Amino acid sequence: MPNTIHIPTPLRPFTDKQESVDVNGATVGELLADLTKKYEGLRKHLYAEDGRLRNFVNIYLNDEDIRYLQREKTPVKPGDSLSIVPSVAGGAPTAPADRVGAGLQTRPEASAVDLTADEIKRYSRHLIMPEVGVDGQKKLKAGSVLCIGAGGLGSPAAMYLAAAGVGRIGIVDFDVVDFSNLQRQLLHGTSDVGRSKLASAKDRLRDLNPHIEIDTYETTVTSDNALDLFKPYDVILDGTDNFPTRYLVNDACVLTGKPNAYGSIFRFEGQASVFATKDGPCYRCLYPEPPPPGLVPSCAEGGVLGVLPGIIGVIQATEAIKLILGVGEPLIGRFLIYDALKMRFRELKLRKDPDCPVCGTHPTVTKLIDYEQFCGIRPEPAAAQQTGAAVSEWETTSVDLKKRVDAGDDVLILDVREPNEYQICRIPGSVLIPLGELPRRYAELPKDKDIVAHCKMGGRSAKAQEFLQSVGFKRVKNLKGGILDWIDKVDPAQPKY
Amino acid sequence: MGLQLKSQVDAAIRAHGAETYPNECCGALIGRAGIVTQTLALPNMTDEGPRRRFLVTPNDYREAERRAGEVGGELLGFYHSHPDHPAQPSRYDLDHAWPYFSYVIVSVREGVSADMTSWRLREDRSAFDQEDLSS
Repeated sequence: MPNTIHIPTPLRPFTDKQESVDVNGATVGELLADLTKKYEGLRKHLYAEDGRLRNFVNIYLNDEDIRYLQREKTPVKPGDSLSIVPSVAGGAPTAPADRVGAGLQTRPEASAVDLTADEIKRYSRHLIMPEVGVDGQKKLKAGSVLCIGAGGLGSPAAMYLAAAGVGRIGIVDFDVVDFSNLQRQLLHGTSDVGRSKLASAKDRLRDLNPHIEIDTYETTVTSDNALDLFKPYDVILDGTDNFPTRYLVNDACVLTGKPNAYGSIFRFEGQASVFATKDGPCYRCLYPEPPPPGLVPSCAEGGVLGVLPGIIGVIQATEAIKLILGVGEPLIGRFLIYDALKMRFRELKLRKDPDCPVCGTHPTVTKLIDYEQFCGIRPEPAAAQQTGAAVSEWETTSVDLKKRVDAGDDVLILDVREPNEYQICRIPGSVLIPLGELPRRYAELPKDKDIVAHCKMGGRSAKAQEFLQSVGFKRVKNLKGGILDWIDKVDPAQPKY
Repeated sequence: MGLQLKSQVDAAIRAHGAETYPNECCGALIGRAGIVTQTLALPNMTDEGPRRRFLVTPNDYREAERRAGEVGGELLGFYHSHPDHPAQPSRYDLDHAWPYFSYVIVSVREGVSADMTSWRLREDRSAFDQEDLSS
């Protein structure tokens, strides 16, 4: 004697509109198997790809949920009836990539792209994981990431994103490859020194994966171009090394609704988070105000362990990929701090600040602002920088200094760098007092002599010059462009760093 | 093929979405031949956070089918709201969708109901197709 299965409304189109179907079997599983044998179209709606009943499909034996019996092994008696009862579930997207349907206009939707045989071979280690699979790989192919910078962080991030098959990678950079980049920026090789970073990056990524699109933007990110640059991409990956750009990238991400896979590095420590998602905090929720200019040195001044950006950049790429796939727990509301010396990760909880000027409930920053000014950095007139013509009364140039030294003038050259920098290169006859030691050691300097202070590029020595002036030195000048300029113009035999 | 909402139905869905904001609302669409004549507001029983998820339990589903039969109609689908999100189906919606049903989504912006769209699951479960929505 057959048993009956009640079919819910949405599945009746597959059972010739019958509300109930007679089936045979000794267990719930067998009855369902008989049902899907008769009506093959039901199978994909009842069972997931892994052969298990979908979790929103409820099977009731008489009036009992089989989850509380022996599931599909539950035996059935003659006269028992089975009901398929839907749970209906859904919800709003939790991440941009969580949106399907007509949402993404500037690129193909994941359902509209296909993987070629070559791509299937290439991505096989992804495809065999259920968390990625063919659907996930298509999402990656349909996805896009804009990397701000092709330097320390941008290098590993872009390389892994490319290898993983993210369909479109944009890179913004304006720099040229320098020997000092090669210690950590693996996008570029020795033969690339002197080339534009974009050209070098494009070659490397193209070689890693010819199936993806690479867009290059030879520019700096500015308040004028950021929104237009960001709009076509799903995720922005911030690999910048300065505060004005960091705030600019954050604000532009909030304004365009793009998540920011953030990373930063200094010496032996790195940080990472995901900012500017719909419900998560942004960089300004964490740091409403930038630090005073010069307080936090850049990697060029303070140095960075070469492998560190490898770790942080790869974390950023991981987060970008997770956002596109919509899997796992993104670093939203979490601030990851990595210490390479101790080899430890710490995590801070971050909350969205309701009073945040950009992403709070009543934002005051509703368009991009002047970030140089916001960070207290006076923009130098570009013409003066290029010609080196505009030298203030408190500055001197390498060429003038060399002339005075050659003429036998009694000039004291004060090097305010660190001893390890002094080991690399130095101006002959200079006196080393690191900037940090100056307040307790300035008495070693003569007040009745001309002093020219210098550092690597001119930033720290400008502070030294100001400090010395404040304690009564009237004859101190700053060497414009630092020892790097000196080596360029006067002493090219010395190594630069 | 499209879905037509009687004007009181359109208003009821919008009102329900505004009422439960910032949480998602959900309910059943009852009618016949592509015309929704009444709704049945249902409790959102999700335990994954009602701001981003909704769940209609099997019991409430059965109640909706029973109600549809009572009024001589059939269950045409379900509606739910997307608080502060576009009226577009999410990946989660797709993964949990039933065939044949119309899924009406109303976007509720800062407590005010805005766009409303309707979607149907493609036969191979790969995507939703938007259907015309009229009232």
